Amino acid sequence: MNIEDILKERIMVLDGAMGTMIQRHRLEEKDFRNDQLKDHPHPLKGNNDLLSITRPDIIKDIHKQYFEAGADIAETNTFSSTSVAQADYRLEHLVYELNYAGAKIAREVADDFTKREPSKPRFVAGSMGPTTKLASMSPDVNNPGYRAITFDQLVVAFKEQAKGLLDGGVDLLLIETITDTLNAKAALFAIQELFDETGKQVPIMISGTITDASGRILSGQTAEAFLISVSHAPLLSIGLNCALGASALRPYLQVLNEKASFFVSAHPNAGLPNEFGQYDQGPDDMASQIEEFLKEGLVNIIGGCCGSTPDHIKKIADLAKKYEPRKASEPIVNR
Amino acid sequence: MEQESIINYKPLKLSGFEAVTITPASNFVNIGERTNVTGSTKFLKLIKEDKFDEALEVALEQVRGGAQVIDVNMDEGMLDSKSAMVKFLNLMASEPEIAAVPVMIDSSKWEVIEAGLKCLQGKGIVNSISLKGGEEEFIRQAKLVKRYGAAAVVMAFDENGQADTYEKRISICERAYKVLTEKVKFAPEDIIFDPNIFPVATGIEEHRNYALDFFNAAKWIRENLPNVHVSGGVSNVSFSFRGNQLVREAMHSAFLFHAIKNGMDMGIVNPSMLEVYDEIPKDLLERVEDVLLNRREDATERLLEFAETVKGASKKKEADDEWRKGTVEERINHALVKGIVDFIETDTEEARKKYERPLHVIEGPLMDGMNIVGDLFGSGKMFLPQVVKSARVMKKSVAYLTPFLEEEKRKTGVTGKSNAKILLATVKGDVHDIGKNIVGVVLACNNYEVVDLGVMVPAEKIIETAKKEKVDVVGLSGLITPSLDEMVHVAKEMQHEKLNLPLLIGGATTSRIHTAVKIDPVYEGPVVYVLDASRSVPITSELVNKATRNSFQEKTKKEYADMRKDHEGRQQLKSYISIKDARANKVKIDWAQQEIFKPTFLGRKTFVNYPLEEIAKYIDWTPFFQTWMLAGRYPKIFEDQVVGQEARKLFDDAQKMLAQIIADNSLQACGVVAFHPCNSIDEDDVQLFDESGNKIETLHFLRQQNKKAQNLPNFCFADYIAPQSLGKRDYIGLFAVTAGIGLEKLISKYKSEHDDYSEIMAKAMADRLAEAFAELLHEKVRKELWSYATQEKLSNDELISEKYKGIRPAPGYPACPDHTEKKTIFELLKADDVGIKLTESFAMYPAAAVSGYYFSHPDSKYFGLGKIEKDQITEYAQRKNLSVEEVERWLAQNLSY
Repeated sequence: MNIEDILKERIMVLDGAMGTMIQRHRLEEKDFRNDQLKDHPHPLKGNNDLLSITRPDIIKDIHKQYFEAGADIAETNTFSSTSVAQADYRLEHLVYELNYAGAKIAREVADDFTKREPSKPRFVAGSMGPTTKLASMSPDVNNPGYRAITFDQLVVAFKEQAKGLLDGGVDLLLIETITDTLNAKAALFAIQELFDETGKQVPIMISGTITDASGRILSGQTAEAFLISVSHAPLLSIGLNCALGASALRPYLQVLNEKASFFVSAHPNAGLPNEFGQYDQGPDDMASQIEEFLKEGLVNIIGGCCGSTPDHIKKIADLAKKYEPRKASEPIVNR
Repeated sequence: MEQESIINYKPLKLSGFEAVTITPASNFVNIGERTNVTGSTKFLKLIKEDKFDEALEVALEQVRGGAQVIDVNMDEGMLDSKSAMVKFLNLMASEPEIAAVPVMIDSSKWEVIEAGLKCLQGKGIVNSISLKGGEEEFIRQAKLVKRYGAAAVVMAFDENGQADTYEKRISICERAYKVLTEKVKFAPEDIIFDPNIFPVATGIEEHRNYALDFFNAAKWIRENLPNVHVSGGVSNVSFSFRGNQLVREAMHSAFLFHAIKNGMDMGIVNPSMLEVYDEIPKDLLERVEDVLLNRREDATERLLEFAETVKGASKKKEADDEWRKGTVEERINHALVKGIVDFIETDTEEARKKYERPLHVIEGPLMDGMNIVGDLFGSGKMFLPQVVKSARVMKKSVAYLTPFLEEEKRKTGVTGKSNAKILLATVKGDVHDIGKNIVGVVLACNNYEVVDLGVMVPAEKIIETAKKEKVDVVGLSGLITPSLDEMVHVAKEMQHEKLNLPLLIGGATTSRIHTAVKIDPVYEGPVVYVLDASRSVPITSELVNKATRNSFQEKTKKEYADMRKDHEGRQQLKSYISIKDARANKVKIDWAQQEIFKPTFLGRKTFVNYPLEEIAKYIDWTPFFQTWMLAGRYPKIFEDQVVGQEARKLFDDAQKMLAQIIADNSLQACGVVAFHPCNSIDEDDVQLFDESGNKIETLHFLRQQNKKAQNLPNFCFADYIAPQSLGKRDYIGLFAVTAGIGLEKLISKYKSEHDDYSEIMAKAMADRLAEAFAELLHEKVRKELWSYATQEKLSNDELISEKYKGIRPAPGYPACPDHTEKKTIFELLKADDVGIKLTESFAMYPAAAVSGYYFSHPDSKYFGLGKIEKDQITEYAQRKNLSVEEVERWLAQNLSY
C-alpha cells in the first residue's frame, strides 16, 4: 500500500531512539570490531552505526521491538554514516557498506512484520543525519567567512550515503536533525541527482531541529524560513525532531501545520536530558504532551527521538489511533 | 490599467533567517542595490581594496533602510567575481541582521551564480537567466536553480537579442514561461520576469515608446502568465539625465507609479533616488509623464528644457541673443554646446572665409567645440540628447563645408577624401549602442568614414568586414560586463588573422586597466582604451597618421605593459592556491621541441676597463631626466612646454661631463659573465653543474601563488630552465657589471668645490653607464657569448623597450625578491675580482652596478611575484637551509599572511 494513501487516512508512527536502546547493551570496543576491523588503528567504540556490521543481532532486535510496540516506520541505524562523520573514526571507506547493511537489516525486519500483518505494512526510512560540519556557519568566531565544509563536499558525502540506503532497500529517505539548512539543501541536491542517475525515486522526509526557545534552528532560521528553504524539493513530509521535548516543540509545529503543503512530522525527545545526560521523561508523560498535538491535528507522522524507547512508542502508537491526521489548509501537493 | 485586472496570484516565498512572503498586499518589493559593483563605485572600491568589513556595512545599511531583498553583484572585469561573491555571501551569513533577508545573486556569469547558490541556506533569487544562450542552456540553468532552491529573474532576452518592443517582450516571456512551467516544472510563482527597462528621452526616435512598452508588457505578463512576478532595474529609465537628481527622481517615481499599476511588483531601486510621486511638481510631472507615456511629439524637448531650468535657474536669462556678439569661434562653440542650429551655416561660412582651408574650420573651431561637449558629457554635465543635438550642429556645419572640401580636392587632388575608415561594433552578446553611436557621430563629424555594424556583432563579422571594407581602425563597444571577455575574444581573433589594425576599446564597463591587462597582451597591433567619444578623435587621428602611428603605438604598449606589471604586483582579492597547485599550473613549455643553445664558453669571463665610449651609445636617457625630476620621455622631452628648455640644458651639461669622463677615464667599467650547465629540479630550484657534470651551487626561485585566471600560469623563473627529467642540460648565465669604479675620487673633487650639481650629475652618469653596460653586455651575450640570437638587429630604442629574446632579472626584482640569492651569484662570478662587492644586506658596491641572471628561453619574461603563502615560505626555508623566520624577514613584503 502507498504510504501517501495511508497518511491521508491515519497518523503514522515513527520509531524511537536507536542510541538509547544500544546503550542498554553496555557494549565494549570488541563489539565494534570484526575480522575486517580487528587491526583498525583508531578506537571504534561509540560508533553505533558500525553495529549494523559487527552486531547486526542487536540492531535487528531493536527494530523488532519498535515494530512490536506499534511503529509503522523504522529508521535505519545510519544517522552518522557519511564520510564526513565517519572521518572521526577513519572509516570513510566503509560508508557505503554501513548504509547498505543498515538498510538491509531494517528491510528484513519490516518485511517480516508486513508478512505477518499485511493490513499494517511496515516501512523503512533511511536515516541521514546532518554530518559533523556546517556549511553556512564558521566554526571560528574570529573568521566568520570561513567554512569547514563546502556544499559540493556535502553533496558527495550525502550521495554516497543515499546510494547505500537505496541499494539496501529503504522505502523512504529521512534527512533529519537538521542544524544547518544549507546541509539539508545539499542532501536534497544529492538525493535528486541520485534519483536522476538511477531513475529510481523514493519519497523524502525532512526534519529540522529547533535548538532552543529562540525558535530557530542552529544556523539561524525560523521554522517558516526553514520550510520555505526546502520547499523546492519533492518532499513527502516536513517536520521537527530532537533537542526539545514535545511540549516545547508545539509552537513551531503550529507554524508548519499552518504553512506547509507537505505532510507534517514530529519526533521529539523524551523531555530534556538530566545532569547525567539521561532522559527521564516516562512514556506516560511524553505521551500526554504529544496528545496535545494530536488533539490539535498538527501532525501526520509522530515518533520519538533521544531518550524514547519501545515503551514510549507503544503509548504514542495507542494514542495515534484515537486521533485524526492533520488536514492541510492548502492541498497537499507533491511537485 | 487598474489593479483589479490582475487575477492570478500565488505568493513568492523567499527566506533568509526569516521568511519573506510577497503577496499582492506587499504592494512593491524593494530590492537593495547598493551591494552591486556595477552600480556603486563605493562598493566596488571596497571590494577591490578587500575591505569586506566595510562592504558588509553597506549591506547592513540597506537592511536597516528597509530593503526586503539584498542584491549582490560582483561582475567586474578585474575582480575574481566568483570568489568575491562566495566570500561576501559567507560574511553576510554571519551577520544576523543582514542574514535575516533573502539574497538576490546578481551576475551575468552562470558560474558565479552557481557558486553563490551553494552559499545560501535560505531561498534567494537568481538574477538572471534567459533564453539568450538558447533553450537547452536555459533549461539546464533553470533546472539547477530549482534544484538549489531559488527563484529566478528571467530577462526578456532570447537568441536574437534583448526585447525592445512590446511584441518582442511578450513573445519572449510567453515562450520562457512555457519552457519553465512545462519542461522544467518550475513553480510559476518563482518566476520573476524582467521585461527590460531602457532609457527614454534619449533623443533617439526608436526609444520613445520604451517606457510605455514596458508598462503594457508588464500588464500583459501578469494577465496572461499565471502567478509570475514582474521586476526591473528602475534607474535605467532616467539614464539620459545623469547628474540631474531632481529630474531623475521624478522619473523613477512616475515610472514606478505606472509600472506598479500595470503589475510590476518587484524592482531594483535606490530608495534615495526616489521622489514621492505626489510631491513631484505638477509641471515636471506632466513633462515626465509625457515622456514615459509618449504623449507628445516634443515630449523629450520639453523635458530637456525643464531640466535646464532646474539645473541653474539663474542661467535662464542668457538665452537671448547676447552670444551672437562674440567672435566666430566663440559663436560656433556656443552653438555646438547649446545645440543651436539656427546660425551655424552663416557662422561656418564666416569661418571658412577666415581660415585658409575648409578643413581647418573642422580641425579648428568645430573640433574645439566638440571637445568641450565631450568633456561636459563625460563629467555628467551634459545629457545625451543634448550631445545628439550638438552632433547635429556639427553635421550641418560639415555638410556646408563638404562642397568646398570636394572642390579643393578636385583642384589639388589631396584632401577632401575622408580621413580614414573606421569600423564600429557593439560586440556579440551586447545590445547597448548609445555610446558607440555617439562615437560614430563624432568621428563622422571629423571627416572619418564610419562603418557601423550595429549591435551583437560576432568576431567573424567584424573581421570579415574589416578586410572587405579595408578599414583603418576597428572600434569595439560594450556596456555589460561579459562584453569585456568578448572584446578579448575579438582581439584574439584579430591577432589570429594578423590584422594588425588599430583596435579601439570603449564603453561603460571597459577601462584602461582592463584594456592593459586583458586585451593588449593578446593583440600585437595597437590597442587603445578610449575614455569617451571626445577622445576618439585625437586617438584615431594619431593612429591613422603614418607619422605618429608607430610612436603612439609604442608609447601605449609601453604604458599598458607598465600597468600590467604594476597590476600583477598588486594584490587584488586575497585568493591564493597551495604551492603544490601553483606548481601544477606552471609555465608550460614544450621542452622536447625546444632548441637549447650552448654558450660559447662555460665558466667565467671578465671585462676590465671596458671602453666607455662604446657603453655610452647604450644609455637610456629617460631615467636620467627622472632622476632630475623632469617628467617626459627622451628625446620628446625637449619639446615639452614646461620642462623642455631645462631638459635641454641639463642634457648638454651631461654630454659635456660624459665627454670629460671618457677623455680622462675617471670612471672605469668592469664586469664579469659566467655560464653554467643546469637543470631545474623539484620544480622551483635550478641545479648548477660544472663542466664535468658535478653538482655545484643551487639557485632558488619563488613561484606566484595568487589564484590565476584561466590560461595564466603561476610564474616562476625556474620554469624557463629545462627540467632534469628531460635528460638534457640547459644553461643559465650570471653577470655583474659596474661603471662606478673611480666615482668616489671623482665626486670628492666636486664635493670639495661644493659643486652639488656636478656631484649629482656624476652619480647619475655612473648609474646610467652601469645600466648601459648591462644592456651592452646582454646584447653581446645574446649575439656572441651565448650566441642564441646571432641575427638580432635592434636599435637602442628597441633595446630599451626590451624587444629582444631572453631576460636579465636580478635578485631583488619583483619576480625574485629574495636578495640573499645574490650571494650565490657573486660567489660563482667571483665578482670581487672586478671590484664589485656585496654589503651585508646584499646591496652592491659600488652603487652604480647591475647584476643578475640571464635566461635565454624565448618565452621568458618578467613578472611580479605578488604575495605568497606560508607553505611556500616554509618549504623555501628548507630548500635554502635557513630558518623560516629569516626567510620571512627577507621576504616580508611578499607574505600573504
